Amino acid sequence: MSLTQTAPRRVSRKMTRSLIPYVYLSPALIFLALLMMVPMISVILYSFQESAILRPDTTFAGLKHYAEVLGDPIFWASLWHTGYFTAMSVIFHMSIGLAFALMLNSDRINPTLRSVLRVLYILPWLFTAVIIAVIWRLILEPNGVVNSLLMALNIIDTKIEWFSDPSTALHAVTAANIWAGYPLFMVSLLAGLQGIPRDLYEAADIDGASGIQKLAFITIPQLMPIIISISLLDFIWTMHVFPLIWMTTGGGPIYATEVLSTYTYKLAFAQFDMSQAAASSVIILMISLCFTFFYIRHQKAR
Amino acid sequence: MKLQKTMVALKSATAITLLSATGAMADVSLEFTQWWEPELPENALRSIVDDFEAANPGITVTLNSGPYATTRDQIAIGAATGTLSDIVGLDGAWVNDLSKQNAIADMGPLMDAAEFDRDQVADIIQVDGRSVMFPVASFVYPIFINTDLAAEVGITEMPSTRAEFLEAAQKMTNADENRYGWTLPLSLQSPSGVQNDVLSWVWASGESMMDGGTPNLEGEAVIAALDYIKSMDEAGVIAPGISSKTEQEKVEEFVNGRVGMMVDTLAHVNLIRDRNPDLNFEITAIPVVEGYEGARGLPYASWGIGISESTEHRDEAWKFVEYMMSEEVNARLVSIANAFPGNVNAKPDFVTSDPAFGKAFEIFQEGYLANEFTGLPVAVDLMRQFSVEIQKMLDGQQSPAEAAAAAQASWMQEFEQ
Repeated sequence: MSLTQTAPRRVSRKMTRSLIPYVYLSPALIFLALLMMVPMISVILYSFQESAILRPDTTFAGLKHYAEVLGDPIFWASLWHTGYFTAMSVIFHMSIGLAFALMLNSDRINPTLRSVLRVLYILPWLFTAVIIAVIWRLILEPNGVVNSLLMALNIIDTKIEWFSDPSTALHAVTAANIWAGYPLFMVSLLAGLQGIPRDLYEAADIDGASGIQKLAFITIPQLMPIIISISLLDFIWTMHVFPLIWMTTGGGPIYATEVLSTYTYKLAFAQFDMSQAAASSVIILMISLCFTFFYIRHQKAR
Repeated sequence: MKLQKTMVALKSATAITLLSATGAMADVSLEFTQWWEPELPENALRSIVDDFEAANPGITVTLNSGPYATTRDQIAIGAATGTLSDIVGLDGAWVNDLSKQNAIADMGPLMDAAEFDRDQVADIIQVDGRSVMFPVASFVYPIFINTDLAAEVGITEMPSTRAEFLEAAQKMTNADENRYGWTLPLSLQSPSGVQNDVLSWVWASGESMMDGGTPNLEGEAVIAALDYIKSMDEAGVIAPGISSKTEQEKVEEFVNGRVGMMVDTLAHVNLIRDRNPDLNFEITAIPVVEGYEGARGLPYASWGIGISESTEHRDEAWKFVEYMMSEEVNARLVSIANAFPGNVNAKPDFVTSDPAFGKAFEIFQEGYLANEFTGLPVAVDLMRQFSVEIQKMLDGQQSPAEAAAAAQASWMQEFEQ
């Protein structure tokens, strides 16, 4: 065998070896392409078509649908509502989750009580969006528990229509979502708390640090990677919340709780304007991608 | 010997292939998407379908059932992607869009070919001259009145005019005891309240929201109805939570005795009795404007049926539609569903056996069915747009005339497209 014959064979063997990982990955890659990339690319294409899906003879519409969506004041109201709903949800998920995690990690609470609280605090996570919507509709209905309590305590003198009043509806759905979502933070932070070395606290005790100082200078800095990761993920997930809002207010009253997901749903399934719905979806995708970029960058930095 | 066996096997395989190809052995499988099955007693629809299969060997029908809202979305997606099932349950509010998408077939040629007697059906819904839907069963929406509550506050006669209704509602209302005269669901999640609970007041007095095929929401009749609803709200007789209330919650309030009167479908009579067997109630026609003595429009919702444009088994699908619209089968279905028949000759048995339905049938016979949303483009969205304007009106942001004008303007945009 000559030297000139063995060289290409070596190259080909090298190529085969380098391709093997992709062969192993190919089932996952094919599924990813079919389930993620194809629909995503289709939606992007629809957003540039006239009467997408609804007619076989679609024409190229350029940026028309993006202009229509961006020129719609209800879209901007939805964007603002989405921002408020998401930001408040993430802030309160984090605060409540941290408070409960600290409580469940504390030695000052009786272990039996701690176990009971652990089950109670995680309950909202077990309910589906439909159940959560029903629970909150019952709690906040004009004759519900919250109004009765507030009236008994003389805080209000007339019943508040929490989901029906445009001035309270967005706060009401946000409250429902906060209740539904804090356990994710709680569980993640509790795991993080249990991983903080105890000698850090012992050293702080020797230095005479107070409880708040230990929280500010040991606990929170130690939990920061988890807080940032979960916050970014929660931000991305909460931006897309649909069933809870749909089943409590349907985006109303008027447009008080219209968020990007309900706005897009109505374009698609009430107005049957799939092209505009696709354009709106692509805008949501772009916003989500920005946060995903931050999340990935943070993960890489870790 | 071995060769002989092989030859036999080959011959058999060839015969099977040929038979399949010619259709001699081919079973036709039809899919029927609807929301009816979950609303009927268990196996009621299946047994009707089983009888069809027994009478038509070679045709099987698979029921694809789900709740109303899910079915609507499923049909919208199926129409958009060309994967609509062979036979579809339809609501009059959807047919315009589905027909314009060319998703549902014109049943006119099928009727002609089968020499179908058109006079036997109560209605054929047409869009642009195409016969796209038969109402199989119609659920009318009269007023339900809690008679115990009415007697308690001294109401002896059923209200017949708007003024009488307001007076009765005022008598029934006691906000301190969480009791109200009327309930109005205007949730944007399912905005049919505009059709059933708002515009029904217009149709009851023989009026219309349309004029020559275009919206006429700024007409006197609609503004007067909005004025009336505003006056009811100002009088404090409507149960709170209007803007987020759904139809289910409306019924729940009535069942619990928290509301004295509601506009509701006859389909809920058994549900109300199941939920609260002690509740006594009566049914009456929707009140009219003072002085009106003509026939009353009775709002209704239908279980409609149509055939997919893309079905490969159009003749078999038509056979099934014809079967569902036949006198005997139609009577059987509507008797179970407590609905009024799509076949004019069908006689549901509940009319004689149940006084509530008997009364409703009287109202039905004295008036006429009215639902102007049937066949309108993006009908559900039109309801939603109007609902938003009524919510603004009830929130004090605009007057009834302004609400009507705003709804008219947004509706016109849809009609001009």
